[in-house]
Amino acid sequence: MTAVAETTPRSAEKYRVTRSRRNVAWTGLGALVVVVVLALFPYIVGAGTETILVQAFIILTLASMWNLLAGYAGLVSVGQQAFVGLGAYFVLILNIHNLSMFTALPIAAIGCGVAALPMWWLVARLRSGYFAIATWVLATTVLLIIEKFPSIGGGTGLSLPHTPSLSSAVLEAYTYWIGLAVTVLALLGVYLLLRSRLGLVLTAVRDDEVAARSSGARVGVARMLVFVVAGIGCGAAGALLAVSQLIVQPSAVFSVQWTAEMAFVVIIGGLGTIEGPILGTIVYMVLQQTLQSYNVWYLIILGLVAMVIAIFARRGLWGLIDEHLHVRLFPVGYWLWDPAINGRSRGLGLGRRRGGKHS
Amino acid sequence: MSEQGPSEPKGRGDAWTEERGTSDTPREPKGAAPSGLTSDEGARREDGASRAPGGEREDTAPGGEGEDRAPILEVRELTVHHGQLRALGHVSLRVFPGEVYAIIGANGAGKSTLLRTIAGLHQPTEGSIRYDGQDVTRIRPERRAISGIVMVPEGRRLFGSLTVEENLQVGATYARKGPWTIERVYELFSWMRDRRAQRTEQLSGGEQQAVAIGRALVANPRVLLLDELSLGLAPVVVQRIYGMLPEILATGLTVLLVEQDVSQALRVASHLQCLLEGRTTLEGKPSEVTPEQVEVAYFGLRTAPAGQGSEEP
Amino acid sequence: MVWVNDVIQGILVGGLYALFACGLSLMFGVMKVINLAHGDLAIIGGYIAVGVIAVTHIPVLWSFVIVVPLMAVLGYVLQRTVIQAALDRSILTTLLVTFGLSVVIENALLEFVNANSHSLGVNDAIITSSFSIGSQISIAYLLLLIFVVAVVVLTGLQYFLSRSRYGRMIRAVADDREAAQLSGIDYRHVFGIAAAIAFATVALAGIAYGMYSQFSPTTGTDTILLFAFAAVVIGGLGSLWGTLLGGVVLGVSQAIGAQISGSDEFLAGYIVFLAVLVLRPQGLIARRATS
Repeated sequence: MTAVAETTPRSAEKYRVTRSRRNVAWTGLGALVVVVVLALFPYIVGAGTETILVQAFIILTLASMWNLLAGYAGLVSVGQQAFVGLGAYFVLILNIHNLSMFTALPIAAIGCGVAALPMWWLVARLRSGYFAIATWVLATTVLLIIEKFPSIGGGTGLSLPHTPSLSSAVLEAYTYWIGLAVTVLALLGVYLLLRSRLGLVLTAVRDDEVAARSSGARVGVARMLVFVVAGIGCGAAGALLAVSQLIVQPSAVFSVQWTAEMAFVVIIGGLGTIEGPILGTIVYMVLQQTLQSYNVWYLIILGLVAMVIAIFARRGLWGLIDEHLHVRLFPVGYWLWDPAINGRSRGLGLGRRRGGKHS
Repeated sequence: MSEQGPSEPKGRGDAWTEERGTSDTPREPKGAAPSGLTSDEGARREDGASRAPGGEREDTAPGGEGEDRAPILEVRELTVHHGQLRALGHVSLRVFPGEVYAIIGANGAGKSTLLRTIAGLHQPTEGSIRYDGQDVTRIRPERRAISGIVMVPEGRRLFGSLTVEENLQVGATYARKGPWTIERVYELFSWMRDRRAQRTEQLSGGEQQAVAIGRALVANPRVLLLDELSLGLAPVVVQRIYGMLPEILATGLTVLLVEQDVSQALRVASHLQCLLEGRTTLEGKPSEVTPEQVEVAYFGLRTAPAGQGSEEP
Repeated sequence: MVWVNDVIQGILVGGLYALFACGLSLMFGVMKVINLAHGDLAIIGGYIAVGVIAVTHIPVLWSFVIVVPLMAVLGYVLQRTVIQAALDRSILTTLLVTFGLSVVIENALLEFVNANSHSLGVNDAIITSSFSIGSQISIAYLLLLIFVVAVVVLTGLQYFLSRSRYGRMIRAVADDREAAQLSGIDYRHVFGIAAAIAFATVALAGIAYGMYSQFSPTTGTDTILLFAFAAVVIGGLGSLWGTLLGGVVLGVSQAIGAQISGSDEFLAGYIVFLAVLVLRPQGLIARRATS
């Protein structure tokens, strides 16, 4: 008996696989323009705006890292504030030993990456809920331990002792530029990471962990790498915080509020998309500026909006935009072009988050 | 369109009886022609070919030969998707009270999906399910169970941390009135009473299957859905379990079962339907289908005779 | 010998921690929800009690009668609406939503009440007095009462789960939600009941905490949530008695930590928690059933 053949004649050559839907050179150019414009800001705008933007840089960096953890690696961490705090304290300690705070920043970031390793060892085997709580407990434990050392300020905190003797405008400008650099590097790093093999592994795990493992993907290593990278990123943000505030207080830098803000920004902007954190940060800054005088209101509203979006619009604001306009600023997936589908070519986008299961 | 053949009992009073003549499956014995295979569109014959003058399917209820009764369960054009994958395509069937209706097919043919959709665990993309004349397609699974459609799921799915008796008690939580009680289940499976305080994790596969069946029985269902009873069990155990069927049927139940073991299904079934890749490829009484027909329907290999349409991809 | 006194205190306060923890354990055991707002719910119970007492001037011990049922209803409603909606998406979503809820609750409390600490029943004699055994041991009546209440509640809950019809349904749904549906059980309703029980017990614990110590808007996450979690993890999920054991171990380690150095009270507890997480994630009492 022969099987009934079922072929509709299709020429295999007519299929195309590309990394993006349209020419990404335009987006790259656009991004470059944005960065250059931002870099020129200190010559254009006042110190007040710079400070606000530095805040935005910190949040954006943190958000990209949390997005990497939760949206791509499936690791919901409620303890990233540990790295924020550690980053700040590394800067403080290095500064106490006469290192310029600007030079200290990258070292602090690396230091946090190193610190992430023993922390990962502690929490690696835990499932999602336990993982979340364990990271929280870890962060609190780190805080309690650090508070015991009076030489770095104990429970009350300490100002950076060796600040550079520059005019406040120039200091502000340098802080701004280094903040811009941190953010650009963070976004670029995340983008390249997700375009790489690692990104493919993560997406596979996100969709079906068992299948990913059985096809040979080194899931544990991938997750550890992500955790370390997130540690570096959050550490850099914490270091930036120290540089911009010139003072490091334990209750401020280790506050769980950082995780809250990171998480809300990502959820609102779009979990599992690179563009999401950018959009979310914009929303956050707008909210924060308009509700400034109302203290905790912005956090309440942010939280409520995040909850609603988490339930009803899982891919956040960017997800809504993406669905209707099919725009990808940061192409990390693949598009399959099927010539048999006429009219408006709709590629089948792979490598982005489906609304599937996620445990 | 007028009905053909014996008239319907008009007791129901809803549009059910009128609808029947137009779009439904006339099921007739298909032993003779090699087209015991139906076309791709399920058992429906849109081309009007080979519609036997008898039109309606003969009742196969015990002692009810030739007497037409309303089906207790009717599935029409059921299409079910798992994400983008189509698991079932335009499947129809009708089960009459007192029957043992078997659905066979290879792995992945869609048998369990069909049963689970009837039980309410999946929502179909198209099609409908009627139980006792009522449309239950959108009814939640627990409500279907309460109204009498109870499934024994694939893999037993007992409550692992509960004892045997507690499993039965849970099954009886929303039981209808009827002959089945926990005591009666203990009579059916004589070993169970002594082991009733044991946790079900400690039972063997066959014993677990018995408890699972008992759990369904104490709810006093009208339609009992059995999903792959033989899975993971030794043949002699399987036979023993299927040997209970007559006693179960004697209390007035109807059984719709899914089975990979074709010979076992043929032994117990009063009516048979074969699925392949989500479509119906064979349907009829076991006495009226040949092994060759079953094999072809099961595996889907055939020489393509002239005039037969190509298989839908 | 002063150790003995502190260890006894630690054991007794473990009852309170167990009371915090059992709701968390129940919600996770039945619906796989990790309620990050769990501690804040205890605080809400406390604040409602403060409000009710301020308005009605009833004795503190009567506030339970009003607040606990109220919180149970709140739990059922919140579960059927918000938490179920999040559950239908994924476990990740429930984490995010309960985290959001926690932050919203705390900041709303900061906004509408104030940041100060509150306490319950500071003027009631029964709450502040204590009795002595020998010369070294002094036990507060309140603490003993809380421990007794905790044991009673846990026993009652255990009995409810193992003997009653609803308890069976809850256990069945926890084992296999789909199979329970096939037996006619609406699991969403059962989830609601479990949440109601969780909210009720945590409110009870919150009011008790308010009498024993003091609370402020952030106490929910600073203190209570981590304690509850620690008790659950140390004691092992799936066992209410394990939760009591976990609470006691936590209480005792805190007491010992306080002896070593006054400020290390909490740190000691967290270190024990982390140690258990690393060495024996399933807790000190092995789980009764696979989840």
